[in-house]
Amino acid sequence: MNAASHQTDLKPHATGTDTPVVQSGAEVLLRVLGEQGVEVIFGYPGGAVLPIYDALFRQNTIRHVLVRHEQAAVHAAEAYARSTGRVGVVLVTSGPGATNTVTGLLDAMLDSIPVVCFSGQVGVPLIGTDAFQEADTTGITRPATKYNYLVRRADEIAPSVHEAFHIARSGRPGPVLVDLPKNLMVGPAPYVAPARAPHPSYQPQTEPGRDAISRAVAAMKGARRPLFYTGGGIINAGPEASAALRRLVEKTGFPCTSTLMGLGSMPAGDRRFLGMLGMHGTYEANMATHGCDVLIALGSRFDDRVTGRLDAFSPTSFKIHADIDPSQINKIVPVDVGIVGDARRVIEMMLEEWDCTPANTRQPIDMAQWWHQINEWRARDSLGFVQDMAPDAIIRPQYAIRRLHELATATGRDTYVSTEVGQHQMWAAQHFGFDKPNRWLTSGGLGTMGYGLPAAVGAQVAHPDALVIDIAGEASTLMNIQELSTIAQYRLPVKVFILNNQYMGMVRQWQELLHESRYSESYSAALPDFVKLAESFHGRGLRATCMGELDGVIAEMLAHPGPVVADICVAQDENCYPMIPSGAAHNQMILGPGQDDEISAEGRMLV
Amino acid sequence: MTTQQESPVSAVIAIQVENESGALARVIGLFSGRGYNIESLTVAPVDETRRQSRINIVTTATPHVLEQIRAQVARLVPVYRVSVMTGQDPHVAREMALVKVIASGERRADALRIAQAFRAHPVDASATSFVFELTGATDKLDAFIDLMRPLGLAEVSRTGVAAIARGAAIL
Repeated sequence: MNAASHQTDLKPHATGTDTPVVQSGAEVLLRVLGEQGVEVIFGYPGGAVLPIYDALFRQNTIRHVLVRHEQAAVHAAEAYARSTGRVGVVLVTSGPGATNTVTGLLDAMLDSIPVVCFSGQVGVPLIGTDAFQEADTTGITRPATKYNYLVRRADEIAPSVHEAFHIARSGRPGPVLVDLPKNLMVGPAPYVAPARAPHPSYQPQTEPGRDAISRAVAAMKGARRPLFYTGGGIINAGPEASAALRRLVEKTGFPCTSTLMGLGSMPAGDRRFLGMLGMHGTYEANMATHGCDVLIALGSRFDDRVTGRLDAFSPTSFKIHADIDPSQINKIVPVDVGIVGDARRVIEMMLEEWDCTPANTRQPIDMAQWWHQINEWRARDSLGFVQDMAPDAIIRPQYAIRRLHELATATGRDTYVSTEVGQHQMWAAQHFGFDKPNRWLTSGGLGTMGYGLPAAVGAQVAHPDALVIDIAGEASTLMNIQELSTIAQYRLPVKVFILNNQYMGMVRQWQELLHESRYSESYSAALPDFVKLAESFHGRGLRATCMGELDGVIAEMLAHPGPVVADICVAQDENCYPMIPSGAAHNQMILGPGQDDEISAEGRMLV
Repeated sequence: MTTQQESPVSAVIAIQVENESGALARVIGLFSGRGYNIESLTVAPVDETRRQSRINIVTTATPHVLEQIRAQVARLVPVYRVSVMTGQDPHVAREMALVKVIASGERRADALRIAQAFRAHPVDASATSFVFELTGATDKLDAFIDLMRPLGLAEVSRTGVAAIARGAAIL
């Protein structure tokens, strides 16, 4: 490489007690990472990032975890972030290294996960020449990131990296990419301390307006059929937000439902928690959403998986929507009170306001009627399924997850669950009860198959002593199966729990419901032997083919100190219920087989 | 949803952005990515000391979508301020056109006469051509260009709309 001979300002910037030592761009980068509290980087080396890898080699404060594909690096960083509340960090090379991160970055974008991704770039003089492994990385990732940088001068390295962390973690969190040309990493660069006011145009509002809170609480006090509808924003606002939500639910006595991304903010077993709402939500959650008179959305965004048919969504309710991102309010569903702010602050102010407004005017009988109604809906047991308990019976996937939950809980260990995407993901959301926030790692917005295995890597790296389980489908998990090698290298005791129905189950289910059971390309042909696969990656492979083998396999998996792949052969024809069919309203749920021939022509057009 | 009942209106979106590489791409990428229409676009630095540029985008959308555009643009990191100016918000909107007419004889004289009526200035002339410079509202420019068509209209270059609120209100 031609070193940064065009640089003129090479004088090191002395700040505070620092002694002016000339550092390379790569050393400055690592110094800033250290100051940002980075302990782990998930990455994969290559030509354009060799100077950074060389600097990593010569230090021992930041740990590098070598993944086997750059997409996996981002998912691992997402899970690290989601399970710790910190920023996940990724390092990849230019060109294909950077383009391989795009799926992960967009995944983090849609689920609001703070990730900073560093990509190598060809040297500044080569940019725009179609150089080897050159890509317009900032151009490609612009719509997949909250913000991105192409660093063009050595004196931009430190400020850009500091700012990248600030932008990733503040406001509505998200992924930020910093593209680092190789010559700037080799050449000398000045260190710059974090700016007091980075990027003056970026001023996210976190403190809610008192007036909006007052109007919201006034409506809540007059409610007869209220409902909290909480989302991933509660998780992003930290464990204190979940604690505050629990106090608010307790104080108001209101029922609470959660989106997929919000699971864990309320304890699954709490009597006021109605389970998940939406396409595969519980009957009681969806009927309550349809029938409530005041709907309080906290850190949720009226996603189409939640609302079903929009013109029939919660048709008679007064709607309150609190979100840290002003663009979410009135985006999909017009609301009566919009509150912009951090979920934790919103809930804390609602609690204060609830206490200091005049005594409750609502008749207690009204809430009792609402709860009576909800309990009637609950009594339908919409998550019920039929499991033949004979030892040679076929395992139902729901039952396998319930047993996994029970036996994992019995270990008393702190448990983190990641998933891939599809039926198994919905069954995990329905049947694995989460009692704490930050323990549930799933790809909600983007629906990325192949998320779960690298996510389990990230969670296990963050929590080495915890029990980390990837609840997987056999099709999804093959999309990033190479991460078994990462798991082996770092001796991560990840448990991969594959619900193997030999189908892309959710695709098969939709083909059954919408396309008269023409199972076009959804059969998992030529599957590997997952037991041998696990062994070839230096792990333990287990298999359960019938009910008599299930508990033993789960127990052995949980007891084994190293990584395990458990191949759980489950019923192939099981569909995920309950279900709001495409184009239908919440009160038109399918609760089980035999009710599913009513999907409209418009419904077929929807994803 | 109320969206279905609303009819589209024309609006100018005025955006004050950090004058940094990629800022324009973020704004127009947002428009194309979310399916918003761009009818015209202008961008130029307006504050060198604070490194700010102003982007003016003319679009047509329902009030609900206009509000979404405003909110989506506002959350872009390099964006300072956004305002949406529709017919109901008092504002001045102007664009400039350079119009080349190739004509001789009677038609050449007609072109010059109409240009005077529109206060279009000939900024270049040759034995067979004129270049007229014309500033005004979009419909005035449209009308002038239509009138030039039978008189030898050869080429048009338009700036797109620049707009600013009337009175003391600022972006």
